[in-house]
Order: sequence, then structure tokens, then C-alpha cells
Amino acid sequence: MSRPVRFNIHPIEAQLGNAISVAEAPDGYAGEGFFTARLSDVVGLARKNSLWPLPFATSCCGIEFMATMGSHYDLARFGSERVGFSPRQCDLLMVMGTIAKKMAPVLRQVYLQMAEPRWVMAVGACASSGGIFDTYSVLQGIDQVIPVDVYVPGCPPRPEAILDGFMKIQELVGQESIRRRNSEQYKALMNGYGIE
Amino acid sequence: MAVTNDLIQQKLTAKFGEGFFHFEESYGMLTIEAPKEQNLKVLQFLYEEEELAFRFLTDLCAVNYPDLPGRELAVVYHLHNLADNLRIRLKVFTGIENPDIFTASKLFSSANWMERETYDFFGVNFVGHPNLKRILNVDEMDYFPMRKEFPLEDQTRRDKDDEMFGRG
Repeated sequence: MSRPVRFNIHPIEAQLGNAISVAEAPDGYAGEGFFTARLSDVVGLARKNSLWPLPFATSCCGIEFMATMGSHYDLARFGSERVGFSPRQCDLLMVMGTIAKKMAPVLRQVYLQMAEPRWVMAVGACASSGGIFDTYSVLQGIDQVIPVDVYVPGCPPRPEAILDGFMKIQELVGQESIRRRNSEQYKALMNGYGIE
Repeated sequence: MAVTNDLIQQKLTAKFGEGFFHFEESYGMLTIEAPKEQNLKVLQFLYEEEELAFRFLTDLCAVNYPDLPGRELAVVYHLHNLADNLRIRLKVFTGIENPDIFTASKLFSSANWMERETYDFFGVNFVGHPNLKRILNVDEMDYFPMRKEFPLEDQTRRDKDDEMFGRG
């Protein structure tokens, strides 16, 4: 018996009221026609919902990232519609894939070209630790040459995992002080990598 | 007349003399072992002799035999006669203390990069090469990673627990 073809002729009316998520307003004092809040909260809110990622994709994790950017998983929902391919315009360096030792200075150069504030996400086992490539030619984790904010495990990680890592980055971005680069701790971290 | 393994052996023996070469045939492919000082003469002869005409260098690589004292490194030339579609191997052995081999880059331009690669991974010193420096590995590398004396794994890692790998 053949299957009847079914057409979606009675679509359910979309409940748009529940589908749209609005970023929560920061704590503050509201009155008639004005609202006061801490500047760092407002800037953090703006920054975390408009991150520009710079994909540095060298292997299979990059393919997963393409799926993450695609319509099904849609990284654009998190405010990063705009994937930049110039490090000077981007906020978030996403390193996806095996980084050979010969590639390490290139990666470092890309990181140095990014303007502050900048964040780094190591996606997948190779970028985080060298992964299965425990060999003379492969960098054993990108944190040997640049500081990393969030590590995403997996070989390769699923798009959900990349999204989760991205939300962790957003958490960091939203809560950090505006001028984290002026803090002693941050300067010490940079000096630890030989970066001014 | 199409070139055959027997013909190559005859021609080479007639030219260079008895006992100069060591011939071997595995799976129908002739392997010629020559003294390392004469590698260019042999390559030149194989190239120029009308009937042999091995004028295509398919591959050039090295093999490390740590158990053969005085013959630790073998440089292998894979040659191809394009007209008769016949392939042969030419091997020359050298000690690891003094791994000097004359460069084939004057005869085959393709040998240039392949010799650089062989130098990069095995440290074979190709005498007369125009630009003998590392090609694939980082310039700062201070050893030859494909030699058997060096372990494959990255030695800069400190976070690995040997017991987890069954060798504690």
C-alpha cells in the first residue's frame, strides 16, 4: 500500500511571542523616562551580543564550524552573524583544527593583529592539546603560543558543543571589566607569552 | 627492443665491470645497489644510454637502517623509463657519521626539492646541492625526525602519564 502524500495545509500559527528572546536588561535604576546602569554592564551586554568571530580553520573541526554557521544551528542567533576574515576587525579568534609547528608563528601573528579586546576559543582536541597527533611536527595545543579563553573538547566537537563554547565566551565577555587589558593579571598573562 | 631487467644488468655490468653492483629483483622490480661515490655516473649512464633511457625520477627518498653499521642510511632513487614503462630502483648506502652523497639535482631538476626533503628528515648531506636547507619542518628544528634514534612523539610534552599508555 502506498503512503498517502501529506501536505501541510493547516499550519499552526506561529507563537512569535515565545520565540523571540530579548537580552535581559542589566541591573539599574529605572524611573520615568530614564534608566541608569553601570557602563561596564551596558558595554558588556553590547559586546557579548555582537561578537565578530574570526575562523582559523585548518581541518575537520572547521567543517563542523561551517555546520554551526549554517541555517540549522545558526551561530547568527548569538549575535555573530558577521564572520570576519580580517583579524583587525574581529573580537573572537576561533582556532579549529591541527596547528602544525610551522603554522604556530602564523597563528600568533594573526592573534597579534587583532585589536583589544580579543578572545580566543580552541575548538577540538587538536587545537586544545595536539589531539591524536602527538608527533614532532604538531603543536601540542595552541596555548603554547597564545592565551586561550575557552576550550571545546571533541574530535571533532558537534555544533552544539561549539555553540556551548561560544556561550561560555559570551559569559566571559559580558562579565569582564571594560578595560581588562589594564589589569595586572592580564598584563602578566600577556608577558608570559612574550606579548607586549 | 623493449628494455628488460636482464638487459639493464648486462649493460651496467659491461660498462662498470663485474662485482660493481649488487642486483636484486623483488616482485619483478629490479633493485640496483651501487657504491655511493658513483651514484651520479650510474644515473647518467641510465639516463643517456639510448636503450635504457631512464629519464624520469619518480621519487627520491632515504631509509634508515640502524642495525647495519657503516650502512645506516640508504638513499633510494626510483627511476622510470617512460617509453617502455619500466621502473627500477637504485640504492646507495652511506654511513651515518659522514652522510655525504653527490646531488642528482643537476641531472634531474625534480631532485632539488626531494633532496631537500631527504635532508630535512634524514640529514643526508647532498654535496653540490644549490639550496640544501629544511623544506617541510620548522627551521629551528635541530634534529632529523625520521631517523630511528629519535622517538616519534613530541618530547616537549610534560603532561603525559606513562602508566596510562602501558609503559609505566
